[in-house]
Amino acid sequence: MNALLLRDLRLALRAGGGFGLGLAFFLILTVMVPLSVGPQPALLASIAPGVLWLGALLACLLSLDRLLALDWEDGSLDLLATAPLPLESVVSIKALAHWITTGLPLVLAAPVLGVLLNLPVGGFKWVVISLLLGTPALSVIGTFGAALTVGLKRGGLLMSLLVMPLYLPTLIFGAEVARRGAIGMEVQTPLLMLAGISAASIALLPFASAAVLRINLR
Amino acid sequence: MSLVITDLCIARGGIPVLDGLSFTLEPGQALILRGPNGSGKTTLLRTIAGLQPPISGQMEGGEDTIAYAGHSDGIKPTLTVTENLTFWASVFGTKSISNALKAFDLELLCDRPAGELSAGQKRRLGLSRMLVTGRPIWVLDEPTVSLDVKSVAMFATAVRAHLGQGGSALIATHIDLGLDCEVLEVGPFKAKPPAIEDFDGGFL
Repeated sequence: MNALLLRDLRLALRAGGGFGLGLAFFLILTVMVPLSVGPQPALLASIAPGVLWLGALLACLLSLDRLLALDWEDGSLDLLATAPLPLESVVSIKALAHWITTGLPLVLAAPVLGVLLNLPVGGFKWVVISLLLGTPALSVIGTFGAALTVGLKRGGLLMSLLVMPLYLPTLIFGAEVARRGAIGMEVQTPLLMLAGISAASIALLPFASAAVLRINLR
Repeated sequence: MSLVITDLCIARGGIPVLDGLSFTLEPGQALILRGPNGSGKTTLLRTIAGLQPPISGQMEGGEDTIAYAGHSDGIKPTLTVTENLTFWASVFGTKSISNALKAFDLELLCDRPAGELSAGQKRRLGLSRMLVTGRPIWVLDEPTVSLDVKSVAMFATAVRAHLGQGGSALIATHIDLGLDCEVLEVGPFKAKPPAIEDFDGGFL
């Protein structure tokens, strides 16, 4: 299992691995939003938590395309399915590698980019906490979406449409934590909901992902 | 560990391709599958490797004993030859890759990114993966594609050594490998076309 994680991380960091893809998209979005909104610092401050969350979610979505598709194309997925590793752990490791290479950099970049969006001082902590809690769910749900569309050539469109509704609860509660935190309100309820969504996704979805992968590999 | 296949019926895309297939693969034995394109050799090998379920029939002895190599080699172009092979070695829980590198003459290439190898060299790397799996039954789907004469001989030597250690091999190929083994012609086992009332089986 460690070998698979190390391989995926190494592949992501090598040329063409797509490590910077999500991060670059996140950067572009948060740089452009203030330019398109115009010189309205108050408006920007109030939309900042939502924009950061939306940017992180779309950056995640962008990188899902290659999560399993590359392994399917070069035949490694067939070989992994016949290897001693259970497919459930293969998809869990893949989701973890995706989170480390995409989710974690987004979490770390968010406070820096929050400055561009005039995020209120109290909001920085909650943006980071909510993204830290929510991005694992995005990776795990995304892996499920990638498993659903693994046999399709250029399945990115279908996958985005399938994954979008599954991402909504995470986005709603994650952005709500960040919004409430930014204006100094109580965050406990959305925070617990967000943590619950992440915990449930991590616990249940690998089994679903492995099951659809088995069907798609036939 | 012998592989026993009894009265197997397999399908591709919901349409049965081979029916009533039975054979036994004993340790030390190699079996060559022959048949025209589209006769179901790949489907048979994928079924035996456990990638898809059979429609009916029994397979015994295949659990956790099979190493499968399909048409694609599963090689990552940005990893070096050593990194590719070491990855599979640790997935299968074996330690040394030096035997595998030696058997397929990859020692001089071991620090090259696999993406820079030629088609035949990639195939050799793909085949050398079988040696690091440590599994007794090799299931190989057209292993000699894009190999030159010398590399085919190298492959045949590796198979012979594997058989000598009590392993077995099931190989679908169109060429003569020079191995002393039985040949199974899959043509006679071609499944009958499905009955009309059964026509939506492919959608289920």
